Amino acid sequence: MNTQRKAVALISGGLDSMLAAKTVMDQGIHVEGINFFTGFCVEGHTHAIREKDRAKPKRNNSLWVAEQLGIKLHIIDVIEEYKNVLINPKHGYGAHLNPCLDCKIFMVNKAKQWIAENGFDFIITGEVIGQRPMSQRKDTMPVVARESGADDLLLRPLCARNLTPTLPEREGWIDREKLHDFSGRSRKPQMEMAERYGFHEYSQPAGGCCFLTDKNYSAKLADLWQAHGHKDYELDDVMLLKVGRHIRPAPHFKLIVAREEGEGRFLQGYRKEFVSMAATSHNGPLVLIDGSPSAEDLYLAAGITARYGQGREAEQVDVKITDKDGLERTLRVKPLAKELPQEWYI
Amino acid sequence: MNREILNARRLLCPLPVIRTQNKIKEMRPGAHLEVICTDPGVMQDIPAWCRIHGHTVLETHSGNHEYVILIEVGGQNG
Repeated sequence: MNTQRKAVALISGGLDSMLAAKTVMDQGIHVEGINFFTGFCVEGHTHAIREKDRAKPKRNNSLWVAEQLGIKLHIIDVIEEYKNVLINPKHGYGAHLNPCLDCKIFMVNKAKQWIAENGFDFIITGEVIGQRPMSQRKDTMPVVARESGADDLLLRPLCARNLTPTLPEREGWIDREKLHDFSGRSRKPQMEMAERYGFHEYSQPAGGCCFLTDKNYSAKLADLWQAHGHKDYELDDVMLLKVGRHIRPAPHFKLIVAREEGEGRFLQGYRKEFVSMAATSHNGPLVLIDGSPSAEDLYLAAGITARYGQGREAEQVDVKITDKDGLERTLRVKPLAKELPQEWYI
Repeated sequence: MNREILNARRLLCPLPVIRTQNKIKEMRPGAHLEVICTDPGVMQDIPAWCRIHGHTVLETHSGNHEYVILIEVGGQNG
C-alpha cells in the first residue's frame, strides 16, 4: 500500500507559492500551508488603522490563497525569534534593511522543525532562480537549502528541473517531469499558469511581502535604532513605525503625530507608555513623544502639535500634556511656523 | 454550552487570527469561542481561517469600534 506523502508549503500570499503548492497537490500529495508572521509582513492589516481604509478592508492574501487551494493554513508567530535574523543577518541586508537571504533560511528552518513535529515529509517553496536579487539566485538557493538544514527535503516546484533532484523526486513521491523549469525575473510563465488554473485576483505586491524592503520604512527603523542606541526592538516599536507622521527635532526625542482619526484612536492605546499631547483650545491630532525630552523640548513639541491642528493660524493654542501616569498640565504656545525643517521628517 | 472568551483587542491582523488558532487548538469540538477584537480586518480574516479549518462562525457583530466573532469549534480540530 502506498503511503500518503505530505508536504508543507510556505505560503506568502503571492502567486509563486500558490502555484508551487498547486503543482505538488496535482501529483496527489497532501499539502498544507504555513505562513510566518515576523511583525514586518505587509499582509498585516496595519493600514486598517486609518479611517479612510476602513470602508475597504483588505483580505489577508495567505488565507485567500489557502482557501483557493482548499488547504489548511497554519500561521505562526515568529516575532521574537525573528529579531535575531533582522538584527544580526549573517548574509547582510539587501537594498534597505531587508535580510532576505537570512530570512528565507530562517523560515525554511522553521518549516523543517514543523514537518518533524507534525509528521510531514518535505517542504515546498515558490522560489524561482533569478526571481529576486538576494535570496533567489542560482548561487544563494543552495545556501538556503544547506543552512536551513532542510537540504534535499526542500522542493522548489517552479524551477526544480533546473536544480539537482531532491529526495521527493529521487524517491518517486513526485514526478520530476511534471515540475517546472522557470528562471529569471519574467512573470509570464507564472501568469500563464495562473490563467490555466483559473486563479484570478491574486496578489502581486510591488515590494514583495515585507515592509523591510520599503525605503521609507527602513529609514524609520534605522532612525529608531540610532535613537535607542541599540537594535533590539519590541513589536509595538515596529508597529508604531507604520503609523502617523514621525518628526525628530533632536536626536533624543521624536513626535508621532496622528494623521487622522483612526490613527489617533490607535495611538490612544499607547498613552500609558509615552508622554502624549493634544490641543484643547482647538481641534487637533493626538501626538506621542518618544524619547527623553526636556521641558524646553516639550514646549517645542507643543508648538509642533499646535501646528498640526486647526489652531495653526492662531496666535496661541492650549496644548494638554499627559505623562505616562496620567498627570496632566497645559501649555499655552504659539504654533510653529508653517513648514518644519525637512530634515526633521523621518 | 461551554463558551470561552478571547480578548484580542489592540492586536492587528494576523495576530488575532494566530491567537484564535492557538486557542482553538486547546478546545474540544462543539465548544464555542467568542473573540473580541478592535482591528476590523478580523471580520474577513477569522471567518476565512475558520472556513479552511472546518470551524463555524455562528455570529459576528460590531459596535463602538469593537468586532466580535462567535465560533463553534469543528469536528476535526487541528
